Amino acid sequence: MSRNARAVGDSSPFVLAELMAWIKALGPYRWASNRLRSRGMTGRTAVISVPYLWLSLFFLVPFLIVFKISVSDIRLGMPPYDPLITWASAQVMELKVNLGNYAFLWEDALYRNAYANSILTAGISTILCLLIGYPMAYGIARSKPSWRNLLLLLVMLPFWTSFLLRVYAWIGILKNNGLINNLLMSMGVIDEPIVMLQTNFAVYLGIVYSYLPFMVLPLYTAIEKLDLTLLEAAADLGCRPVKAFFKITAPLTKGGIVAGSMLVFIPAVGEFVIPALLGGPGSLMIGRVLWEEFFNNRSWPIASAVAIAMLVVLVFPIWILQRVQGREMGAHR
Amino acid sequence: MRSEFRFGLLVAAVVWVAACGGKKEEAAEAPKPEEKVLFVYNWSDYIGETTIAEFEAKTGIKVTYDVFDSNEVLETKLLAGKTGYDVVVPSANFLERQIQAGVFLPLDKSKLPNLVNMDPDIMQRVAAHDAGNDHSINYLWGTTGVGYNPDLVKKALGTDTLDSWSAVFDPAIAKKLAKCGISMLDAPSEVMDSALIYLGRDPNSEKAEDLAAAEELLMKVRPYVRYFHSSQYINDLATGEICVSLGWSGDVLQARDRGAEAEKPVRVAYTIPKEGAIMWFDMLAIPTDAPHPGNAHEFLNFIMDPAVAGGISNYVAYANGNAASLPLVSEDLRNDPSVYPTPEVKQKLHAHLAESQEFSRDLNRAWTRVRTGQ
Repeated sequence: MSRNARAVGDSSPFVLAELMAWIKALGPYRWASNRLRSRGMTGRTAVISVPYLWLSLFFLVPFLIVFKISVSDIRLGMPPYDPLITWASAQVMELKVNLGNYAFLWEDALYRNAYANSILTAGISTILCLLIGYPMAYGIARSKPSWRNLLLLLVMLPFWTSFLLRVYAWIGILKNNGLINNLLMSMGVIDEPIVMLQTNFAVYLGIVYSYLPFMVLPLYTAIEKLDLTLLEAAADLGCRPVKAFFKITAPLTKGGIVAGSMLVFIPAVGEFVIPALLGGPGSLMIGRVLWEEFFNNRSWPIASAVAIAMLVVLVFPIWILQRVQGREMGAHR
Repeated sequence: MRSEFRFGLLVAAVVWVAACGGKKEEAAEAPKPEEKVLFVYNWSDYIGETTIAEFEAKTGIKVTYDVFDSNEVLETKLLAGKTGYDVVVPSANFLERQIQAGVFLPLDKSKLPNLVNMDPDIMQRVAAHDAGNDHSINYLWGTTGVGYNPDLVKKALGTDTLDSWSAVFDPAIAKKLAKCGISMLDAPSEVMDSALIYLGRDPNSEKAEDLAAAEELLMKVRPYVRYFHSSQYINDLATGEICVSLGWSGDVLQARDRGAEAEKPVRVAYTIPKEGAIMWFDMLAIPTDAPHPGNAHEFLNFIMDPAVAGGISNYVAYANGNAASLPLVSEDLRNDPSVYPTPEVKQKLHAHLAESQEFSRDLNRAWTRVRTGQ
């Protein structure tokens, strides 16, 4: 396999090099590359600028649009908000910025409760994912190498079915007439069905179930890289396995723990589908509040302000965490 | 680094300008003959089994049929514009506000010869929302009442008939029904209005004290409500998963039919409570930016054909606003007072007018408190 790859690779750089030489000999190319180089643009910066371009197109621009709507006024029309800039006359531009939408978020306890509840739900789900995912990842990383790929495949297998379908499947399992209740009732364990659907339990179950692979995969990568001789050394020096785990394994796999937790926590905070399908009326999450502002109140400005505020609430701690982590990584080097 | 960032901004700006410029060009294009396609956006479970196929066979127009289950979702799409839909079906109270926002095309009545089939009484009632019936025609109409499972209710209450809003609004009764499951629509104005009717107040009131009274009432029963959802209850009533629903008449009657067809039949009944109820209308309308307005008119005219309208009513169990179709509606349905109410019951049915923007916010805020209990 590798020999084949090399055989193909042998000829193509040659053709490519010839082609590049031909392009480089062209006048316009020389002119353009000199121009760019004089402005500090080399091939390397061009390559690096691709992700920047991507981010600015698909993150920065939408973000600015949402921000623009969040400081505008609501109106009855299409679209249902006032433009920020109006031309009073040919020369006079009027800029109207309404910061009241953000003040409104602060005044009404609903939004604070929803943020707090979302963060709490996401936090508990993350811890549950970690408690379940760590042993799983550990088991996979310590299994026979021939088994690992199969086990990893099993972790990823659910992704082949639509997320929505999998959440719907839980409705069938949890409902009063569902799999679990019917089984327990036919076995005579319970007489009345246990209400599981439309409870917080179902929401946690749904989130943990859906996001567990995002926790397992980074943990697996971190644990797999762990140098086993360190644990041997610890054992030789008389350290008990439990202590060795907390002194050696856990700190050395911290990167995986943080990455996995982030991958679970961040999407879980804004989760809308799972609480909507599995949750009861009491599960107040920020995704739902945003939905209501947008759809029920037709208030695009407030909905946008909710979204921006959520981003700020989330981005700040993540940024701090990354900085702390970055500093630690630097210290190790 | 900074230069790259600036470069990114520049590119973003160029793309933006290009995108904005593109829009204007599009508008300047000359009208082309319409392609033989039509995009319809209707409520879920809300059309005859063969209606679309018949329309396609008759006109050769290929229909793409999508569904929604809340007025709010439809409205947001319409306000954002460029939905791509040619025919949409908002409820009259939503339509009223959307007309003000300039969402709908005035109908070309010369293309709608079947308008003569429409019921003048219904036309007059919906003219309260759409002056002169200029933008819409009535599709189906119904009431918001109580659907229930007589067998499960009997187990909980000892009686197998419900005829009052007290089943969902009286905490003492709701508590007994909570175990077998109560659901309510996730439609703030309809639930709040029904609560006001139960309290003997004006359902279209925008007074703060009336809203507060309705909220207080709902707060007392919300611990006994399993969920607030606007379509799930059809299946759940039909399977006995829940026993009482504050729901839409036709949906409950669909649940009744599905329940009867099930392997282990489940009984479902619907009642227009004796205190009165909300009467609502779902309207066919054409968005201003519909890509195929000609085909849309053809579709509207087709729906007003008595045989088609009767067929839809027979299938979805809702009354239609088409007087000429009444003889074609099955006898069971026509004589069912929960579908075609008697004149004296009809007197207790209230119109459901659009709310002002300010009241809408208060209403939805109150609704969130009710739904979440905080």
